[in-house]
Amino acid sequence: MTGFRYLEKVVTLEYSQPTCIGCGRCEEVCPHQVFVMNNKKASLIDKDACMECGACALNCPVKAITVESGVGCASGMINEWLREHKLGGISSGSCCD
Amino acid sequence: MVPGFIEWLETSIGRVPRIASKLGIFDHLGACKARWGIERMSFIVPPGLYAVGAPCAESPVIVTANYKMTYDIVRQALAGYNVWLLVLETYGINVWCAAGKGTFGTGEVVRRVTSSKLAEIVSHRRLILPILGAPGVAAHQVARRCGFTVSYATIRAADLPEYLDNGMVTTPAMRKLTFTWYERLVLIPVEVVLELKLLAVVSGIILLICTLFNNLSVGLTAFGAYTGAVLSGVALGPLLLPLLPSRSFAVKGAVIGAIWTLIYYLLTGASWNLCTKIAAFLALPAVSAFYTLNFTGCTTYTSRSGVKKEMRIGLSIMGCAVVIAILLLTLGRFA
Repeated sequence: MTGFRYLEKVVTLEYSQPTCIGCGRCEEVCPHQVFVMNNKKASLIDKDACMECGACALNCPVKAITVESGVGCASGMINEWLREHKLGGISSGSCCD
Repeated sequence: MVPGFIEWLETSIGRVPRIASKLGIFDHLGACKARWGIERMSFIVPPGLYAVGAPCAESPVIVTANYKMTYDIVRQALAGYNVWLLVLETYGINVWCAAGKGTFGTGEVVRRVTSSKLAEIVSHRRLILPILGAPGVAAHQVARRCGFTVSYATIRAADLPEYLDNGMVTTPAMRKLTFTWYERLVLIPVEVVLELKLLAVVSGIILLICTLFNNLSVGLTAFGAYTGAVLSGVALGPLLLPLLPSRSFAVKGAVIGAIWTLIYYLLTGASWNLCTKIAAFLALPAVSAFYTLNFTGCTTYTSRSGVKKEMRIGLSIMGCAVVIAILLLTLGRFA
């Protein structure tokens, strides 16, 4: 995304090129151009641009891609953590509740 | 009640509502209210199949969410085209957030294709989906389960006409996200409104405590300082995002909070003692930092792992800053 970059070297995206069948779905669904198609195989060219939305992994028919995706806002994650520890959630009326 | 309803279109499987592409005054008013968080969760249209223009068996099928703002933006973009619009049940949530939750998902696509008898209305087997719906939909599963192939067309509904004119081919520009000043600005009202309740409670407590232990003037100063720090973090941080230093949202928020503290100090801080000064410059940026960090949930470029890292490091620093500030204020009061 022009003009915006987030933290480096944190992304959990993993890609196994030998598994790739070259369908091109990952390139089609990624809004950050993390993958490009080269010689009928996808190449992972910009891992740090990944926002971990999970679209590529879900749309890869041979499971060549894995990524830990999920809610990405602080209050959503605090609520998630509270629920996991059975402490109830703080409902602030936010979108991720 | 179907928004934008014109008439019933008779088809082989029954009546389909034909809807207008032109939005009315109430559509604009409703969108405006939703932006301010008013009746936002009931800003909804019934899921199902709709007709835009005069679609036939060969016409494209465009899939969208049943948040009314989304539905309105899509039908407006399709003015002059003859297409089918398949609206999924996303419980009034936009495509991107619903895809993240899975309601704009494989199961709902298959269910809606089946229940609307789409296969009997159109002769082709192709669905056009928004790119930001892909985190919820597995295209190969949709094909396997209902026989329709999925094409992820564009990010923005506004690019749909060009996509349709372009022989349904996505150009690189249609796949590229932006986050312009305007795109950030329209997100801010609802962010502020959602925080108002908590802000009122916390700032009220601050007002009360500071007034009890000092006087009303100190109470009001503290009330203003905290309110300003929250609003800086919620509104100014997101708006000024690209101008603020660092990639970290917490750091960006701390910077805008420090600027706010400096301005507030220059305006009202003539009588602050050293403890108050240090406390203000510790606690207020921490508060702004927390709220700007929260804005990561509204962006489409921050990763969950990045936010986790920021929280792991940031929350403890913010917590320490606030605790030290409270100790300093207590010390300053009783020393």
